[in-house]
Amino acid sequence: MNDNLIIAGKSYSSRLLVGTGKYKDFAETRAALDASGAEIVTVAIRRTNLGQNANEPNLLDAVPPSQFTYLPNTAGCYSADDAVRTLRLARELLDGHSLVKLEVLGDPQSLYPNVIETIAAAKTLVAEGFQVMVYTSDDPIVAKQLEDIGCVAIMPLASLIGSGMGILNPWNLQLVMERVSVPVIVDAGVGTASDAAIAMELGCDGVLMNTAIAAAQNPVLMASAMKQGVAAGRAAYLAGRMPKKLYSASPSSPTGGMIGKA
Amino acid sequence: MITLHINGEPRQFEQVTSVAELIAAMGLTGKRIALERNGEIVPRSSFSSQPLTDGDKLEIVVAVGGG
Repeated sequence: MNDNLIIAGKSYSSRLLVGTGKYKDFAETRAALDASGAEIVTVAIRRTNLGQNANEPNLLDAVPPSQFTYLPNTAGCYSADDAVRTLRLARELLDGHSLVKLEVLGDPQSLYPNVIETIAAAKTLVAEGFQVMVYTSDDPIVAKQLEDIGCVAIMPLASLIGSGMGILNPWNLQLVMERVSVPVIVDAGVGTASDAAIAMELGCDGVLMNTAIAAAQNPVLMASAMKQGVAAGRAAYLAGRMPKKLYSASPSSPTGGMIGKA
Repeated sequence: MITLHINGEPRQFEQVTSVAELIAAMGLTGKRIALERNGEIVPRSSFSSQPLTDGDKLEIVVAVGGG
């Protein structure tokens, strides 16, 4: 069964998107990416270290853009202007690559999105031809506005970035999914495989995570667990779960043919 | 001698007149970088033709691990 994730007209077989930060080294990054099965991987854009050894290891060597779909992000940006400049640099850096992750943060403690700056940046980026996957709050009205601007995926938080608190408000995620027709990808907050499965069971189109894998005791094993969690949650969503009820008058075994009856 | 503000740090260079010469002086030739001059992207194809002037503010970036 073809159940691919379609973003901006491009098809992906994995519904798990992963970040490349916080790993011990590039070898671990690559091993975790491979175990996750992710095709789309986020990267950050940062000033080059002026004093650096010109031959020091490079992310692009360990994670070649020819083998993964890069999703440059605007992590650390607190204004629309900084986010737009960062992604213009990313597009130049990646030879015209236009698929990007927009995130404009509100404060450095919570890393909660600043949706006003996010909306402003999204307008500029879409007008400049970027394909914008946008990190935002789980506000369904904002999500719809971002879709109307032309964003190609809405990526609400499930809980705060790096918190590992899981899916705190499944009801809002459902409201977001009801209102937008582009893919909805939970971005941030997933802590373990069951969280990823829950997001997918709710009907989300994908899950994006970094810390949940990188900060696990065994990141490569957790990457594999997340792959399976996303796949299991997706299959359960498609299968359609049984309704919940307080009790069942219908046991799974036959009620007839019991021994010892007259 | 010109002073360029590179990634927020003032640095002085002699005989650097273009972006390409600056990149060479910094040992970054051939590296995967992107460069912004006074808030505007300088495409790699324009590195040789883009002049630099005293006081220019440059940002030179790379891709790094991130979520």
